[in-house]
Amino acid sequence: MSLDKVLKYTSASKTNPYAFDDDENFLKRDVTDNISHFDFKFAPVLKPAEFAKSHIDVKSQKDSLIKLAHGTTTLAFKFKNGVIVATDSRATSGNVIASQTVKKVIEINPYLLGTMAGGAADCSYWERELGRRCRLHELANKERISVAAASKLLTNMVYSYKGMGLSMGTMISGWDKKGPGLYYVDSEGQRIKGNLFSVGSGSTFAYGVLDTSYRYDMETDEAIELGRRAIYHATHRDAMSGGYVRLYHIKKEGWEFIGLEDVEDLYYKYNNQE
Amino acid sequence: MLQHKDGSVQNHQHGWEPYVDNGGTSLAIAGEDFCVIASDTRQSEGYSINTRFDPKIHKITDKIMLATTGYSADAKRLTEVIKMQTERYFYKHEKNMESHAAAQMLSVILYQKRFFPYYVFPILAGIDNEGKGCVYSYDPVGNMERVTFQVYGSASGMIQPFLDSQVGFKNQQNVDKTRLLTKEEAISIAVDSFTAATERDIYTGDYLEIYIVDANGIHREQKPLKFD
Repeated sequence: MSLDKVLKYTSASKTNPYAFDDDENFLKRDVTDNISHFDFKFAPVLKPAEFAKSHIDVKSQKDSLIKLAHGTTTLAFKFKNGVIVATDSRATSGNVIASQTVKKVIEINPYLLGTMAGGAADCSYWERELGRRCRLHELANKERISVAAASKLLTNMVYSYKGMGLSMGTMISGWDKKGPGLYYVDSEGQRIKGNLFSVGSGSTFAYGVLDTSYRYDMETDEAIELGRRAIYHATHRDAMSGGYVRLYHIKKEGWEFIGLEDVEDLYYKYNNQE
Repeated sequence: MLQHKDGSVQNHQHGWEPYVDNGGTSLAIAGEDFCVIASDTRQSEGYSINTRFDPKIHKITDKIMLATTGYSADAKRLTEVIKMQTERYFYKHEKNMESHAAAQMLSVILYQKRFFPYYVFPILAGIDNEGKGCVYSYDPVGNMERVTFQVYGSASGMIQPFLDSQVGFKNQQNVDKTRLLTKEEAISIAVDSFTAATERDIYTGDYLEIYIVDANGIHREQKPLKFD
């Protein structure tokens, strides 16, 4: 809501072309100009948000008709040589495995990565829109957007839909002027800066592994192996996680794709080793 | 909103259920330079069959087909919207939309109704800009993934494990898991999937429509399934 709206200060609207003269225009601008160039369609009922929440099952707690792909383990952590980002690749819809090959690391641009947890479509749509806005920022300012600013763009976009059933838990990571950057952003409007995060149904298991061996001054190989192990153990104990471990390393030159490894192969690798 | 005769307005919302599952099954298999898209034509509601011939596969461009399952009305509307948009693209740019562009557009069209979704499970399949077979699968609000095969619908629980084994070569040793099927293999697996599903799924049956998309264009075949 614009400031003059909050303060009930209306005289400015006569001279300020950006002030909203009535409620209808205010809503139109807020949704179409600031948030997206699309008009979202709503159910023709009194409470469209309630309709959306009761008919669309994103978190698998309801017996609704429309079940969306979800369920995840994702993690990202900063260390001396950059950021490691690792995810599993399973999508579940109800109790069915919808896919074992989901790409839960979203390449926003060569310097920014986002992760996907919660509603898969919510994450991929809004992070694609974030990519568009980061590009516009580059063109307008002749320099790359910072990780802090990019993550805040995303938070502000999803915050305007708060209470309407969006489900998104993501980590925005990258490299900017300040070095490696890592933020946790979710659909409730939360945005936290940190060194280590894990998101999704398997996050508790991943945290267990990460917290026992994490050190900021790890070598790159050690950090990649930690990311791999944490996801592997999460896929082992969390039924909603599985498939493949996908690994990325963010460096000064941008992100680098490390690899995609079948968790079944990792099972034999870790068990023969010990 | 309910308006009574005395002019009073009932404000609380009754359980409004705008969705129906009309059953049916659709699948697509990508090959090296072709794509096979198959679907049954039965359309039902509960235990009643509405019609034995309601095609769920639609041509979008000369190289792209859209197969749907879920709520028939939503599927038809979605098909119309996509056809309209690809046609607009054609007249604006004087060329057909490439499959990767159509695939991303379908994702956005689905997401535009994120808060009042199309109850549809779409599969977009055809030939990509390199002439390779492609299959894109979606959830109802537009989460998209490019795959080599996909099945959606009432018999997906029966057919998906079969395809995982025979098309994806899952859980097999000494096989090349990246191998793509030949046209004859893909068609035969599609046909077998539907004859088997018709035996056990009450919502799948009547006719089988098979489309083969390749460099020569779109070829259609129709086979009767069981009518019971």
